[in-house]
Amino acid sequence: MSTTTEGTSAVQAKVEAKLIPIYIMGKRYEVPESLTIMKAMEYAGYKYIRGCGCRGGVCGACSTVYRKPGDYKIYTGLACQTVVEPEMYLTQLPFYPALRNTYEFSELEGKPEEVFELYPELFRCVACNACTKVCPMDVEVLDYISALKRGDIKAAAEISFDCIQCGLCASRCFAEMPQYHIGQLARRLNGAYLTPRAEHLKTMVANIEAGRFAEGLDELKAMDTDTLKKTYQERELEPATAGDDWTPKESGYL
Amino acid sequence: MSISYYPGCTLKTKAKNLELSALAAMAELGIEVEELPRWNCCGAVYSLADDDLIHIIAPVRDLIRVRERGHDTVITLCSMCYNTLARANNLMKNDEEKRYTINMFMDEEPDYAGELRVVHLLDYLRDDYGWDKLKEKIKVPLNGLTVGPYYGCTLLRPKEVALDRPDNPTVFGEFMTALGAKVVDFPMATECCGSYQVLGNPDAALKVSYDILTDAGKHDIEALALTCPLCDYNLGRRQNLMRDKFEGAPEIPVYYFTQLLAIALGLSPEVCHFELNRENALGLLKSKNFIQEVVA
Amino acid sequence: MPQKITSKSIDDNLKRRAREISGQIAQQCFQCGTCTGSCPMIEHMNVTPRGLMALLQWGQADKVSQANTPWICASCHVCQVRCPRGVELPKVMEALRQLKLRDNVNQIEPSNLQPEEIVDLPQIAMVSGFRKMTS
Repeated sequence: MSTTTEGTSAVQAKVEAKLIPIYIMGKRYEVPESLTIMKAMEYAGYKYIRGCGCRGGVCGACSTVYRKPGDYKIYTGLACQTVVEPEMYLTQLPFYPALRNTYEFSELEGKPEEVFELYPELFRCVACNACTKVCPMDVEVLDYISALKRGDIKAAAEISFDCIQCGLCASRCFAEMPQYHIGQLARRLNGAYLTPRAEHLKTMVANIEAGRFAEGLDELKAMDTDTLKKTYQERELEPATAGDDWTPKESGYL
Repeated sequence: MSISYYPGCTLKTKAKNLELSALAAMAELGIEVEELPRWNCCGAVYSLADDDLIHIIAPVRDLIRVRERGHDTVITLCSMCYNTLARANNLMKNDEEKRYTINMFMDEEPDYAGELRVVHLLDYLRDDYGWDKLKEKIKVPLNGLTVGPYYGCTLLRPKEVALDRPDNPTVFGEFMTALGAKVVDFPMATECCGSYQVLGNPDAALKVSYDILTDAGKHDIEALALTCPLCDYNLGRRQNLMRDKFEGAPEIPVYYFTQLLAIALGLSPEVCHFELNRENALGLLKSKNFIQEVVA
Repeated sequence: MPQKITSKSIDDNLKRRAREISGQIAQQCFQCGTCTGSCPMIEHMNVTPRGLMALLQWGQADKVSQANTPWICASCHVCQVRCPRGVELPKVMEALRQLKLRDNVNQIEPSNLQPEEIVDLPQIAMVSGFRKMTS
């Protein structure tokens, strides 16, 4: 059977990506220049079973450490977000041991001494700033650790907000503390015990539980579909230009 | 002209009584201070190893923060912080090689060369404000209160940062005299309270503190005044423990110098937060009629 | 009390390392004993500051290592301001502490602190204690 090579009118758009060299764990690979580190590693043949998660920059699984030639500095980034550069010399740090102390959260009250007790190594901090420098999310780690040393849990919670628990800070810490676990404790304490509660929400929940809306809900539940649809379509809407003094005609549930 | 105020970690919690009384007193005296909006723990002790620079980073970083605010002076209340910041400042001023290395290491911060002045409130009052000016502001002279000013270590040693001569200092006594109190300089006023050994060898620290307190008691001192939260812990908070372990440990109320200053300036006892002092602290001042009871 | 010293028992390494880390020349000490007379923690030390300087001058590594002096020292600096030779003893004490700590051995263990202690102590106690006595 003869085959013709003619008729290759099918236009194949060929995307020529420029290949650049990168070093993954010391081994040289040539990868397309527009890829993220994660895609580049997969291009190079690595198959992820660790060190990869959301692929969206928020889970902290793919923290990567890299260096550039002629530069002494340590650079970090998330593999799923960072685009490769020529001669990048990288490795991933999918896990760094950092123990989280166990505590009974409901027994805590949000006092600074509780943080001191659970993580006394907090006081070993020497303000070297290695943690802040290495954070791929630009969290000011030194600042929140400092805040905690002086007992300001709220400030620590706010400063550490963007932390994705990747563990790079703990890997570089001179004082050997698990910064991100301490930061998480601060955020939990702040949220549960220090942030003011919404009093009007409490009141509303109490009203609901007391059956204030029971009658109205029962009425709606008893309707057939058509009546329900009609009631919904004819409901009174607050006009877009209504001022603070507007009240609905049906004011029984206010 | 406002100066930077460096609090230190303990002043926001356990030593709130030192900070709040000081801020109220300084406001009353017209001393404008601005707390550094961003600061880190200075380390409390100065690193004494010649090849160790990492422990100098913390206080230097704070000094850079002061300069970022455009101030040329930083004032502290805690004498341990004073000592650490002042010595780090001197190092950056005088040691060219270490200055270079530290600035190179802190590549995320601007360079620092020891341009600032580090003061403690006591020497600021003596040198910049003046005892005479202070005397004029006193509304409730502490007449009849026998005070033993306790210097401790860090205000006087080493010589490069000393507020006064280490063997016979007078600055704290002059301060208390300006407040109208009767000053008794007792021999152990410059003896170490045990400092951080309360952690490593608590019994040893308890004993030296007991010796100091006993000496103060022998000189009929009614109140001990001090400037350091760790001294306050060793000499004040641990008094009950002293009584358990040693014979004849005296019961002497312990105050921060700024609490006595605030009362002498006629400020309300609320700014002094005496609830953080020993139980008898407020009582003694009331018995001397220094506290005006506000009739609602 | 008299100690027997032979050339074999002199540890030059100790002398060199202590000098590097402290920046102090132990030989400058002429054993006047003012430091010992001034030290507030003296009754808890098994070797006096003066005695320790003597041991250091002679490179007696074992005896120096058994002295608890650097671990009782509170860095109060009275010895420094009174030493007639200008020897900065607190730096010597720091060097001797560092020689042990830099082997990654803690003198006090932060993890072993009692909760009641941590809750009661001012932060500066822990910050300074850990700086002097942990690696």
